[in-house]
Amino acid sequence: MHLLEVEALSKSYRQIGGESTLAIGEISFQVEKGEFVSLVGPSGCGKTTLLMCIAGLIPASSGMVKVNGAGISGPPKNLVLVFQEYNRSLFAWRSVLGNVLFGLEVRGKLSREAEDRARHLIGLVGLEGFERHYPWELSGGMQQRVAIARALAYGPEVLLMDEPFGSVDALTRLELEDTLLKLWQELKTTILFVTHDIEEAIYLSDRICLLSRRPSRVVRGIEIRLERPRNQLTTRADRRFVELRNDIYRQISDQAVK
Amino acid sequence: MKWNSESKLNGLALLVALLPVWEGLSRTELVNPLFFPPMTRILRSFFLLTISGDLPYQILVSLQRALAGYLLAALVCIPLGIVMGLWNQVYRMLELLIEMARPIPPPVIVPVAMLFFGLGDEMKIFVIAFSCAWPVLLNTYDGVRSVDRVLMHTGRTFGLSRGMAITKIVFPAALPQIMTGLRVSLGIMLILVVISEMVGSSDGIGYFVLDSQRRFKVDQMYAGMLSLALTGYALNQLFLLLYNSILAWHKGLTRAS
Repeated sequence: MHLLEVEALSKSYRQIGGESTLAIGEISFQVEKGEFVSLVGPSGCGKTTLLMCIAGLIPASSGMVKVNGAGISGPPKNLVLVFQEYNRSLFAWRSVLGNVLFGLEVRGKLSREAEDRARHLIGLVGLEGFERHYPWELSGGMQQRVAIARALAYGPEVLLMDEPFGSVDALTRLELEDTLLKLWQELKTTILFVTHDIEEAIYLSDRICLLSRRPSRVVRGIEIRLERPRNQLTTRADRRFVELRNDIYRQISDQAVK
Repeated sequence: MKWNSESKLNGLALLVALLPVWEGLSRTELVNPLFFPPMTRILRSFFLLTISGDLPYQILVSLQRALAGYLLAALVCIPLGIVMGLWNQVYRMLELLIEMARPIPPPVIVPVAMLFFGLGDEMKIFVIAFSCAWPVLLNTYDGVRSVDRVLMHTGRTFGLSRGMAITKIVFPAALPQIMTGLRVSLGIMLILVVISEMVGSSDGIGYFVLDSQRRFKVDQMYAGMLSLALTGYALNQLFLLLYNSILAWHKGLTRAS
């Protein structure tokens, strides 16, 4: 049994004129426990829509999402989505600690241990000492760290991430990538990561699902057999890394001109 | 708005500087001292009426009515505004009714309310509640409508139920705007309590001011006005204190962005 299974999922939108357009056309793939999988595709290929369907936030038009073999019909409780827009996703009226405790509070699991866990995670994302700060007192990169800690504190089996580093500067982005890998290895979570940055996908993932343009389909699954722990300098300079990047880039740009 | 202590002191200095001007105009009879008594006489009257307990009593009576109407408006309109903001069908159903009732100048409600409630407190409370309702209702509605979609999605991905989303996300996110509505209504409240007391009452500060004027106790009339000014100022300061303690996060947020 796969931890996460997407079966022939499609999504169409009804346009203002009344006709419907197909955004996602029959996507199928699986994610195994402990895997780091990235979805990569040209912009506008419906990656965010796909992730929203998997998170149970919007219904799919057809097909299924299964977690641990059971089909979902709403947001599953062992799965959390981290949004790209961290500044719109954090609760401005809650401190960093209050934000990280949110998921546990919703589950009615506020306790001494919950707070210890939250503080531990705040430390892991590198925000020790900022527990009492409000989100607006933090930089963009730090805010996304809060959002990641908040999602992990909830203890999900699968962490869904929608271009989480898409709106931070390049240097912060590299730092966040390494923080995420460290967390993934330490907490043994499963991550499904959406990005349009090919290098980021290769650097982070065990496997990449390459998506086509709208209506998007899985074009190819690519195993990334680069050694871990990965390193921003040596891994990215590795010959296999460069070959993978060129290979994927060619395939995506072929998609784009069609 | 930014107030540093220096400009606040300057404001106080201006106020103090205007007092001798008033005093002089009246003493030299450049203006009719009968209608415009010297400031010292007004202050003396204010002082005497305060220690005799007359003014505090009238203010207290008025404040009770005012706050009863104000709280009634808040208790009805905050939940209603939230419901309207969350369910568009409810808003569309009530829209016409609200848009027709809202432009009615509140003093016009006084004679209508007198028919239903007579001259008692109920009449005044109703008039105040009616007038205070609109800013609270519309600001709450608007605040709820503009709660970020991403915030709501965040709640749902953490398994938040619709009911819990109201208390955990919608209400706190809309609170700055709800408070804006409440602040506007605070000023309206003071206006309407005075009007309703002038039209039909035998106590309260509105009655006191009008009654003093009718009996030509002009200095008392001004003393009543002064007590109203001080009450309004104090209410506003109290509200700001409350606002800043509840919404410290929002103050910082707006300053940061």
